[in-house]
Amino acid sequence: MLTFTLRRLNLFIFTIFLLTLLSFSLSFLFPGEQLINISGQINATPEQLIILAEQYQSHNNIFQQYFTYVNHLFSGDLGISMASQLSISSEIISVLPATIELTLVALFIAMVLGIPVGFLAAINHRKATDNIILSISMIGYSIPVFWLGLLAILIFSIQLGWLPSAGRISLLFEIEHVTGIQFIDILISESPYKWQAFMDASAHIFLPACVIALAPATIFVRLARTAMMDVLDSQYIRAAKSKGLSFSQIIYHHAIRNAMVHVIRDVGLQFANLVTIAMVTEVIFSWPGIGRWLIESIFQRDHTAILGGLLALSSFIFIVHIITDFIYAALNPLARDSRHGT
Amino acid sequence: MSILAVKQHLLRIILLPFLCLISACNTDNDESLSNHSIVYCSEGSPESFNPQTVTSGTTIDATSNQIYNRLISFRGDKNTIAPSLAKSWHTTRDGKMITFYLRKDVAFHTTNYFTPTRFFNADDVLFSFNRILIPEHPFHQVSGGKYPFFQSVSFSNVVKSIEKINDYTIRFKFKYADSSILANIASDFSVILSKEYADSLVKKNIKREIDTLPIGTGPFKLKKYRPGAYIRYATHQQYWDKPSTLEQLIFDITPSNTGRLTKLLAGECDVIAFPIAHEKINSKPELELEAVTSFNVGYLGFNTLKPPFDNVKVRQAVALAVNKQAIIDTVYQSKADMAHSLLPATSWAYNKSTLPQTYDVSEAKRLMTEAGFPNGFTMNLWALPVQRAYNPDAVTTAKLIQADLKKIGISVLIESSLDMGSFLEQLSKGEHQSVLLGWSADHPDPDNFFTPLLSCSSAESGNNRTFWCNEDFDDLIQQALQTTNVTQRKEFYSQALTLISQEVPLIPIAHSKRFQARNDSVKGELLSPFGGIDFSKVSKN
Repeated sequence: MLTFTLRRLNLFIFTIFLLTLLSFSLSFLFPGEQLINISGQINATPEQLIILAEQYQSHNNIFQQYFTYVNHLFSGDLGISMASQLSISSEIISVLPATIELTLVALFIAMVLGIPVGFLAAINHRKATDNIILSISMIGYSIPVFWLGLLAILIFSIQLGWLPSAGRISLLFEIEHVTGIQFIDILISESPYKWQAFMDASAHIFLPACVIALAPATIFVRLARTAMMDVLDSQYIRAAKSKGLSFSQIIYHHAIRNAMVHVIRDVGLQFANLVTIAMVTEVIFSWPGIGRWLIESIFQRDHTAILGGLLALSSFIFIVHIITDFIYAALNPLARDSRHGT
Repeated sequence: MSILAVKQHLLRIILLPFLCLISACNTDNDESLSNHSIVYCSEGSPESFNPQTVTSGTTIDATSNQIYNRLISFRGDKNTIAPSLAKSWHTTRDGKMITFYLRKDVAFHTTNYFTPTRFFNADDVLFSFNRILIPEHPFHQVSGGKYPFFQSVSFSNVVKSIEKINDYTIRFKFKYADSSILANIASDFSVILSKEYADSLVKKNIKREIDTLPIGTGPFKLKKYRPGAYIRYATHQQYWDKPSTLEQLIFDITPSNTGRLTKLLAGECDVIAFPIAHEKINSKPELELEAVTSFNVGYLGFNTLKPPFDNVKVRQAVALAVNKQAIIDTVYQSKADMAHSLLPATSWAYNKSTLPQTYDVSEAKRLMTEAGFPNGFTMNLWALPVQRAYNPDAVTTAKLIQADLKKIGISVLIESSLDMGSFLEQLSKGEHQSVLLGWSADHPDPDNFFTPLLSCSSAESGNNRTFWCNEDFDDLIQQALQTTNVTQRKEFYSQALTLISQEVPLIPIAHSKRFQARNDSVKGELLSPFGGIDFSKVSKN
């Protein structure tokens, strides 16, 4: 397990290095002065610019500039937003938890929905159920998310009036921002309307999370179906069958656990896809997350925010990736010794 | 377990969490917070929390009637002036002095940024008005030193001084009598601030917070404001008038008009500003669409100095030939009332007996012949280049008028290529023959329609785009200003209106309406024909 951890740590450091290198080069490639792109100080006086140049070592060679930049990053200084003139790190801290919350709920829905359906399809391999599930998942995968989001608002918010169409929680409830994860904040708040707020937040997250979950869920259906079919085809299942175990014993005690292991491995990969979908969905549902914030920054040509947002978002995706790797390794001892990174 | 049982089990696992979620979403109880709160979807962020310093409707909506009170206010259908922070007042016979007797036991807001130690008194009135009047006042220059409404009514020219007689009596002295002064003091802009709060800000050296973290005497106090997102107000429990039955009032700032509509339909907003898709709202039984005719007027004005419109018969002929109903149906899409006079019907000075202009082409032709233009002439018509509440599309209006006037032989050239700045500049030089323009009133005093639009003095300054200067008319509106007797004033104004409809310096076309949509659980008056929205008398059930 130690070698596995070290290997993952190695990969993490290398990826972070590449990411910072990319964002550092982008600060040169974006239009405008590099120093201003990197610091966001658009209204700086000449005196302030001299101090800034000193801070970012602009007069030194490019390597030193890069190391100063990384130093700034690790001390939490991502510059200030060109649009709002607020510190990027504080803005990211206020928007990133909303995205984490939304994507985790969406991931949960996708898994809870997709994996059992996939197993169901595998058990009914080449039967009507299998075909129906496959066709539906194909259709689900092909629906563009922005269209689905609008359609969901039209049906569930406007026509039926069941679910709200915008935001994280109704403005009625005053929940203090402590962790940023709305559900935790509600539970630790002292509001007498805690339970109402909780229900309201659940109603708000339901529609966007389902919209995000649809495409990954269809992928999970297919992954789970393949994994289950492989497992059912394997020698030890045959051995179990010949020992006289019942079908349900085989499925619950042997097949599901072993099939899950393969699915978990791909969850990390799907997560990047999920975050991309979430960015579009956040705009449609006015969800105050990092995706919407980043897209607004792009509209406003807020280069500093784009750089900081990219770094934060890709580190987040990468961290989730590594966590799923660890879960996979914990579930499957074989993976710990595999020679290649997945 | 059989295969079937496994399948059923798996299905149950899939569906269970969703069933739980959906069923839980529908559990409503009576003690729900939404029964004590109103969410109003407004169209934009306020620029300031002090209406003295602005004219924008968005800011007035968010602040005037929610956070503050005025000395006196407008009440009822006819907008007569009623007591507010002043429980009574007395005007001297010459109209040059007004004494206000103030209410006692009026509490200012207690918030997490300020705790008042005393009740409202004359010092607060003195502070609030002196801030505007005296350029050397420590707070005059805070927030830029601009008081646009007060500058537009030349408040500092009218008011000579304000004196504190005792803690609950204050006297305004004026340089000359002006009966619209009470309307100015009752307008949404003339709010009363807290002097004690201002003093505490001076001590902390954060004077500009007076306009960003407001303290007033109004029914709601500011709890939290996030620009571009929301304003949260809490009820002012010690409100001197009846405190609101609500617990909180929230302005959900939603600039997109489809966004506001969606939130209304999805039940996220109780009230929305400036709704679109009126048919959709009307088709829902739980939603109500309401409209009030605003204090504004869109008109067709003639340059009475230039031929042929120096001839009153030609002006009368054009007035008869314009089909106003068609303009209201097409341009305003019936979201306006036809204007029968310069004043909207909701003004107290409106007189039904004033002759409305009718649509009569043959009479118009007869007048044209009488005026010496049996074969018509060619004229230019300047159309306002921007969209305004009083005329949403001046170019289309111009085209409709063009078609109407063709019937009596007049060919119209439409001029609409200028930008707003040069348009107004060339108008004030009198380069036009006729123009489509309008006026939005700042307060309901009828004088606000007459003096700025048609008096000789504004003809000189170029604000009177018709350059019509009639001494009889000027006498009438001056006399109306010098008396405070409402019956007399009404008589003067109705004579003035008759004079306008005889002389036709302009043709009033429409008074547009302000719309608002709400859920029917929200009860109470919200809109008045002028000024901002008012949540003080609103409740929810």
